[in-house]
Amino acid sequence: MINIVNLHAEVEEKKILKGLNLNVKAGEIHAIMGPNGSGKSTLASILAGKEDYTVTAGNVEFDGKDLLELSTEDRARQGLFLAFQYPIEIPGVSNVNFLKSALNEIREYRGEEQISAKDFLALVKEKSALVELDSKLASRSVNEGFSGGEKKRNEIFQMAMLNPKLAILDETDSGLDIDALRIVANGVNKLRSPKNAAIIITHYQRLLDYIIPDFVHVLYDGRIVKSGGKELALELEEKGYDWIKEELASNAE
Amino acid sequence: MENISKIQAFASKFKETNLAFTPTSIADAKNTLLHLDFPTTKTEFWKYTRLAKLAQLRLNQEKIRENEQVVAPLTDNGIVRITNGYITSFSKEIAGLTITPFSKCSEQQLSLIGKKADLKQNIFLALNTLYSQEGLFIEVEENAQIEGVFQLLFHAHGENCFAPFRVFIHVKKGSAFKLIQQFTASGEHLFSLPIVEYLVEENARISCDKLQMENASSFLLCEDYSIQKRNSTVLLNTFSISGAWVRNNSSFLIEGENCETNLNGAYLLKDLQHLDNHTIVDHIAPHCNSNELYKGILSGKSTGVFNGKVFVRPNAQKISAFQSNANVLLSDDASVNSKPELEIYANDVKCSHGSTTGQLDENAVFYLRARGLSEKSARSLITQAFIAEVVDKVEQKEVRDFIKNKLVELHDWTN
Repeated sequence: MINIVNLHAEVEEKKILKGLNLNVKAGEIHAIMGPNGSGKSTLASILAGKEDYTVTAGNVEFDGKDLLELSTEDRARQGLFLAFQYPIEIPGVSNVNFLKSALNEIREYRGEEQISAKDFLALVKEKSALVELDSKLASRSVNEGFSGGEKKRNEIFQMAMLNPKLAILDETDSGLDIDALRIVANGVNKLRSPKNAAIIITHYQRLLDYIIPDFVHVLYDGRIVKSGGKELALELEEKGYDWIKEELASNAE
Repeated sequence: MENISKIQAFASKFKETNLAFTPTSIADAKNTLLHLDFPTTKTEFWKYTRLAKLAQLRLNQEKIRENEQVVAPLTDNGIVRITNGYITSFSKEIAGLTITPFSKCSEQQLSLIGKKADLKQNIFLALNTLYSQEGLFIEVEENAQIEGVFQLLFHAHGENCFAPFRVFIHVKKGSAFKLIQQFTASGEHLFSLPIVEYLVEENARISCDKLQMENASSFLLCEDYSIQKRNSTVLLNTFSISGAWVRNNSSFLIEGENCETNLNGAYLLKDLQHLDNHTIVDHIAPHCNSNELYKGILSGKSTGVFNGKVFVRPNAQKISAFQSNANVLLSDDASVNSKPELEIYANDVKCSHGSTTGQLDENAVFYLRARGLSEKSARSLITQAFIAEVVDKVEQKEVRDFIKNKLVELHDWTN
């Protein structure tokens, strides 16, 4: 699905990613954990195409295409979805109207027919129920006046509407109470299939009780320094990150 | 040869009015044109709007028999067409409405005109008073609720034409009236100077949408003067859609208690367009609300001005007055000067004013693109949403749709 090889990136000449490797296959869920400032959100932003970052080395292959050569919108049209850590409020732009335009632009790109108004409404109804998002919220201005939990649920609602091949969830669990967390996780699990994949970036092991990852990686100082199964998340929760730092230091000696 | 002022040279080919305005107003207008000249940018009121190009024009007043059918009415309710300052087509009869050309008005009717406007300080008001060849006196009968929207279609046509016109609207006690004023132009070097006065009596209501859509060499100066009696409501929406040079002077005197006054404006400027909105809201009476929302989007080398003044007089207790101006600059060469002003002499009031100028929110653009929208669609959606807040203040759906479609067409927005 996505193969990231030796990715180096910087912002304003500050090196953030320093040779990151990650290979995600269809059907897999990968969790990326790591202390603050290790480069987790930078990775998500770069994959989605945010122009604030400069990739200085490495490459990313997504579904057979050179991802870094594609514009942000073409990445989305190829099936990449980023659930934002801080979803943006866009006053006056209706959530469902823009999703309809987005869906149709994606379909046009893929040479598919436009979605009918009837089918679209049915899709909105089905997918908003999935994340228990009030249909009134779904048709309001994008994220305007939404609570933190509503914003995150709206991200998963949009993800469900667009049905991506690869979903990247950037700290979608941060700031969620337990009910909202369960709803979000439930949405993600229902969308899980052998054809798609997800990268879940998180601080906390808690989310991984609900979304069981196939692999857990530790991102530290711009590289993935340790990988394991779901039990690695539990270990990190219990022991923090210091033991990994120590391990790295002793390996370097 | 005698040295004559710029304004005298400018007015040299104009025809004095035969309308039965009061002798004092004619004398005052003459006096103003004799003693004042075009204001320069040293005058605060004209600081950001230059009059030099206008002053250089040598214009005629030219009566055209037929109105070019370039302007399609939005609805088929009452319509009056005014071409180059002359009435070229008259409305059908509408119950509750009496429409009389100034030339057929009584002196008593005409004596109502220009009461609160300061003829001695304003050369444009003087030009309009002295050279308007015709005017329109609209009376809304007491308690009449006029259905549908009445339309005044102002059109300027030809070359080097001056088109002054005066409208007086008397919205009598308990009545309600909805009006569209549309301004269009075809030809070159046209100067339209329509001045509209509103006398809104007790418990009456008027809503008015001004659609300014002149062309790339036209000058349009609109003045609006409103006087409100108790329990009355005024809504004025001004959409500056096209036209090389547009100046709006809107003045609202709130004399009676418990009035509602809403002014909204949207301007979308590109190329070398210039637009200046000057508003005055004068609260004299207590227990009134006024709301002012002006929003602009500027691209190319366009320039915009907003100057909004709110006075709260000593007796105007318990009023609330809000004023906001927001601008988005889409290019490095566009600029806007915004100055909201509040002068408060009462102590128990709620007032606020604010002004913002910025660029499109690039994070919002990225967010929409990350969902698969093209950059063009994303920018156009956000821009339309910014302006939609003002468009939504328009009460009639057909007018809202007309404005939206016109903007989509002019700015190549994705719909």
